Amino acid sequence: MRVLAVASGGGHWEQLMLLRDAFGRHEIHFATTSKVSVHEIGAVSVRLLPDCNLRQPLRTLQCTVRSALLIARLRPQIVISTGAAPGLLCIFWGRLMGARTLWIDSIANADRLSLSGRLAMRIAHRCLTQWQHLAQERTVHYAGAVL
Amino acid sequence: MILVTVGTQLGFDRLIGIMDEIAPHLPTPVVAQIGAGSFVPHNMQYHRMLEPGRFFELVENARVIVGHAGIGTVLAAEKYRKPLIVFPRSAGLGEHRNDHQHATASALTSRQGVCVATDREELEQALRRGLRSELRLPLGPNPGRSLLMAVARFVETGELAF
Repeated sequence: MRVLAVASGGGHWEQLMLLRDAFGRHEIHFATTSKVSVHEIGAVSVRLLPDCNLRQPLRTLQCTVRSALLIARLRPQIVISTGAAPGLLCIFWGRLMGARTLWIDSIANADRLSLSGRLAMRIAHRCLTQWQHLAQERTVHYAGAVL
Repeated sequence: MILVTVGTQLGFDRLIGIMDEIAPHLPTPVVAQIGAGSFVPHNMQYHRMLEPGRFFELVENARVIVGHAGIGTVLAAEKYRKPLIVFPRSAGLGEHRNDHQHATASALTSRQGVCVATDREELEQALRRGLRSELRLPLGPNPGRSLLMAVARFVETGELAF
């Protein structure tokens, strides 16, 4: 499988790194938003996306275009993201271009799903929360947490 | 050494200000990562943004870590088994868009090795306990076995186990 795993720099990226072992022997590509966070993964393929959040229309537009190009070139079969907005955009394009898509909402969202997560519920094939009490029948599942 | 971090994105002047006031009264130096904050510390060494390698080095050398309720900080503290004092941002004081850091902080209080302080007094008290090695240490990194299995299965089959 060709897998694209996306996370913004900071806590989202930390959580993605904790899930690295799940990618096993698959062809894994990462995408993130800040150069500094790539130090820990060595020779693996890492693409950069502009950072954005859904409250910044212009940056979001820029990231929408860049993520579309990334997905069109890479053609991943699986797209996974731990957030935030750039990951959601990759999931959107990934799904349109035929990938299976998984959203894992950040563990930082303990009392409600993030805005991106609430959109991901509708866009991604599967959506996970890391808090049992936020799971909803059929739409948001709980399968454990990174901590 | 005590490491203070408020993440690399937003500033957190209230916490940095309080730590700067407390720092001269502590028996050990304080190093702070102040992010985009506008308050400039006088009594402690500070960095705007530490490279991850340098950050983890400081975590490893710290006796106590003070941070906002950022997940990266929690994970780093658990990785190196350092006691973490969480001082959450407050949306009411304009420090964040919403109070999710308070929610995260209260969800974290049950974790071994994490304690929460919400004002100067609580922070000072927690720091002194930390320096006397009275705070409990985190149990260590937990790979989150079941989540890992679920994600591995999804990568393999495009489906979760539900």
